[in-house]
Order: sequence, then structure tokens, then C-alpha cells
Amino acid sequence: MIQVSNLTKYYGGKRALGPVSFEIDKGETVGFLGLNGAGKTTALRILACDLRPTAGAVSVGGIDALANPHEVRRRIGFLPETPPLYPEMTVQAFLGFVCDLREVASSDKKAKIGNALALTDLTLVAGEPIGTLSHGYRQRVGVAQAIVHRPQLVILDEPTRGFDPRQIVEMRKLIHELKDKHTVLLSSHQLAEVSQTCDRLLVLGRGQVVGAGTEAELGALQEPMFSVELTVRVPDGKDGGAAAVLAALGGIDGLLGKSVPTERGDGWELLISSKRDVRAEVSRAVIGAGLDLLRLDARAVDLENTFLRLVAAAPAAAPAPAPKE
Amino acid sequence: MRAIYMIFRREFAAYLRSIMGWIVVGVALLAMGITFQAFGYKSALASEMLQQFFWSSSGVVMIISVILSFRVIAEERQSGSLMLLSTSPVREHAIVIGKFLATLAFLTLILVLSAYIPLLIKGQGKITGTQIFVGYLGLWLLGGACLAVGVFASSLTREMVIAAVVAAIIVGGMVLLYKLSLVLDPPLRAVFAELDLWWIHFQNGFMRGIFNLKDLVYYLAMIYFFLLLAVKTLEAKRWQ
Repeated sequence: MIQVSNLTKYYGGKRALGPVSFEIDKGETVGFLGLNGAGKTTALRILACDLRPTAGAVSVGGIDALANPHEVRRRIGFLPETPPLYPEMTVQAFLGFVCDLREVASSDKKAKIGNALALTDLTLVAGEPIGTLSHGYRQRVGVAQAIVHRPQLVILDEPTRGFDPRQIVEMRKLIHELKDKHTVLLSSHQLAEVSQTCDRLLVLGRGQVVGAGTEAELGALQEPMFSVELTVRVPDGKDGGAAAVLAALGGIDGLLGKSVPTERGDGWELLISSKRDVRAEVSRAVIGAGLDLLRLDARAVDLENTFLRLVAAAPAAAPAPAPKE
Repeated sequence: MRAIYMIFRREFAAYLRSIMGWIVVGVALLAMGITFQAFGYKSALASEMLQQFFWSSSGVVMIISVILSFRVIAEERQSGSLMLLSTSPVREHAIVIGKFLATLAFLTLILVLSAYIPLLIKGQGKITGTQIFVGYLGLWLLGGACLAVGVFASSLTREMVIAAVVAAIIVGGMVLLYKLSLVLDPPLRAVFAELDLWWIHFQNGFMRGIFNLKDLVYYLAMIYFFLLLAVKTLEAKRWQ
């Protein structure tokens, strides 16, 4: 459905995106994940044929977006960060206007508007002016305008921006319903939203794709996978303090940094990150060295950690290319 | 054509639904009435009175045209709704022409509502319907040219104040071209005089009930020129 090759966008001398390459299959729901300024919105606006890339190639549904952006626009529905709405229009009239813009046949208009209203749960406010609706409803109208013409590709930029928890759950449900009929591309910096709604993730960091795959695949890419926190006490009468603790755990793979004293001063805290679950090994080493094991916590590395590690590893932005002579 | 009609319909409906639109209508009619009272009402001849009405109304039309048009694209860019048009399969010329026609239709509404003044003058003395028609055609074309300037200024920026100032400077500058031409030597004198927006083509022609084809061509060319600039500006900004 989408093929992107070496896509790059510069604003003046500053690189906002790229070079990035990826492919998205028909019917997939893919999430662009990244911190603010990672290049998510730039990438989506290029795919929506609003921004022209500085370099690279984009194909949507087999159509070269650079050579024929107008044809690509016929195949997409786009919800930007700020929903493009006309406050004086009623929801129904606005969707009718969007149908006209999107070249929907007059005979299909009524049915398509009805479907979009039902899918976005806007039927009850269809006759209300958009300017009188709450933020959540306006965002829904924004989604409705992106899907009313049943495009092949739906692009949603931060669809849950400014939502309360109940609205987030409802939007998640709506995106799940879209998955049956459209290829959906959405961006977010909310990990839970992306991980729960998307088949696949593209993690962007400093304008580059720093990870791609399912949540499990991304997690598997990262080593270590387990994080172990422990508190160890040196019993009275035993010498060494922190040095004794480190000596006891010296053979454990993945010991990070130094031990630090606990707030109460009754022991030493340590952090171990390993691709194996080393809890048993750690407890045997501590007790075998004659030390007291006061606390041992372990948890699998989650998407949040994976995300932060990927983004932190992203290379810094390159300067703008020199103009061709 | 369909896209032009859709954009025209939405834009024109927005004028009709907005309180600000009707305030503009009210202010325009009030200004036309007051300026006519101040400058034209005391003329002895009905034909002079009519000329004074078109003279004073031309200033109101130029100002109102800038007010109606400076926001049409800048406001959409500021609110984000332009994104809907720019990611839809709609060409730039359809956006520009649709919006221009909506502002022109609203200006036409104002001009139609002001027609009671010439009709009152007609009741007072001897003037023909053709004089009234030609005068109104001149106001309409002058307003159209100013609207085209406003649409162009609006396409340049997202800041409505800047768009308004740019439109006012262009319109004001073009009205002063005739005065500038007086201090120039031929052939520049003739060139600048013919490019003037008001003195040569409106005051010496339409306002006096005289129809010159060159005046019609001038205003149509001005409208075409500034709308073309607006289309090119949108094209450059849309896919950059």
C-alpha cells in the first residue's frame, strides 16, 4: 500500500525527517511512535501530500506521490493535529461538503455520511453546529471527515490529543473498527494507545526510524530484557561495605554502575540489567557471600523502556546537504 | 467547476450565517448613505447627484472589499481548516476562484441593497436606467479588483492583520498611481495613468455613466492578474 524510500525533509537548514524507508501493507494498522519533534507529523503530512519531501520517493497504492500528488489525495483521508473544521457548519453539512470535495457520487453521499456518523458515534449531534460541540466531539468530527469517503488509506495525526481517559478508550475502539476496512496510519507519543491499537510500530527518533515491528519484536531487539533491583545489607561484624557487595555480585552478568546506600542507611541498592532472568543467581551469590538480601525486584523490559532506549540511541540530526552546483 | 461551486457555496453561506457578515452589510450601507448625504445630496442636478453617489460609494466599496477578502485564505490557514482543502483532490484555482466569487457575491448583495439611493435620485430628476447600470457596473468591477487584491494578500500569510495591511497598501498604492503619473514624463506617464485603479477607469468613465471597453478590460485584467498571483502563491505553499 505504501512504499517509502529514503524520504528526507529539511526545513531550511534543519533536518526534520530522514532519510527513512519503510513499507506498509494493505489493511495494516501502523503506529508512528516518537517523542515531540521526532518527525511524526512531517512524515504523515508528506504521506497526505501536504508537504513535498526534500528527497526520496513515496508511493501510495502504486501511485508516485511526487509525480502525481493529486491522484494520491483521492485515496487518502487525513486528520491533522488540529482537526480541519468549519465551526459555523452543522456536522451533517460539513460531512456533505467533505464528500463533495472528495468527489463522492451524489447517490452515495447520504449512505456514506450515515455510516461515518454511526461509526464515530455522532448521529445524535449531526444537526448541531460544530462550533457548539465539545473538544471530544470535534475530534470525532475530524475523524469522520477523514473516513467519510471510505479512502484506502486513513492517516490520523495524534487522534487522541487532549482526550480524557474515557474518550481515549472510545477512540481506540473506533480505530479498531476502522481496521476492517482501511489501511490506518496513526501517530502518537502515547505508548499505550499505539501498542493497543496498532499491528505494527515504527519508532521515530530525531527524524529517523530507530525501530520497526510489533511490540514483542521491538522488545526482543533490545538487550537486556530483564531489569533486577536489589537491596543488600552487610551484616554487623563483616568488613567491606559496598566493596563487599560488589565483590559478591562481580560474576553476575549485567551489573550496572555502583551500589548506592539506601535512604535509611541499612544497606546498598544495586541495579542489574540482563537478557536473562538472573534473580536466582543473584540471591545465591549474595547469600553465599554471607550478606543479607533485603529486597529483590525484577520486571520484564516493557514497551516504554524499549521506546526510550530506541529513541535515546537515535543519531543526531545531520546538517543540510550542500546545494548542487 | 464543481469544486469551484462547492467552495463558493460554503464560503457564501458562511458570510450569510455570520453576524460579522451582516455587520459589514450594515456598516457599508450606512457609510454609503452618510457619504452621499455629505457629498452628493445638495447637488442641483439629478445626474450630478448620481455621480456624487457613485463617487462617494467607490471609496466605501474599496474599503469594504478589502475587509471582505483579506481573511478568506489567511483565516483558514490560521485555524487549520485549509489543511482539508490542501489534502483534498481540489486544484488551487478552484479554491481561489470559489472564495473570490463568494466575496463578489456578498459585495453584489451590498450593492443591490444600496440601490434604493439611485432609485430615490431617479424619482427626483431626469436620469436613465443605463446611467445607473453603468455606474453600478463600475462599482462592481472596482470592488471585484479590490477583492482580488484582498484574496491575493490573504494567500500570502496566516496573519490576517498582515494580509489586511498588504491589501490596503496595494489598493491605496494603485489609487495613487494616477497622481504619481502626473510627475512622470512620457511614456511612463501614460503607463502609470492607465494602471491607476480609480481616477482614469472609474472616475472618468463608469462614474459619469460612460462605458468604455478599455475600462472593462482593465478591471477584468486586474482581477485575473491578482487571482493568478493568489493561485501561484497557494501552489507554492501547498506542496513545498
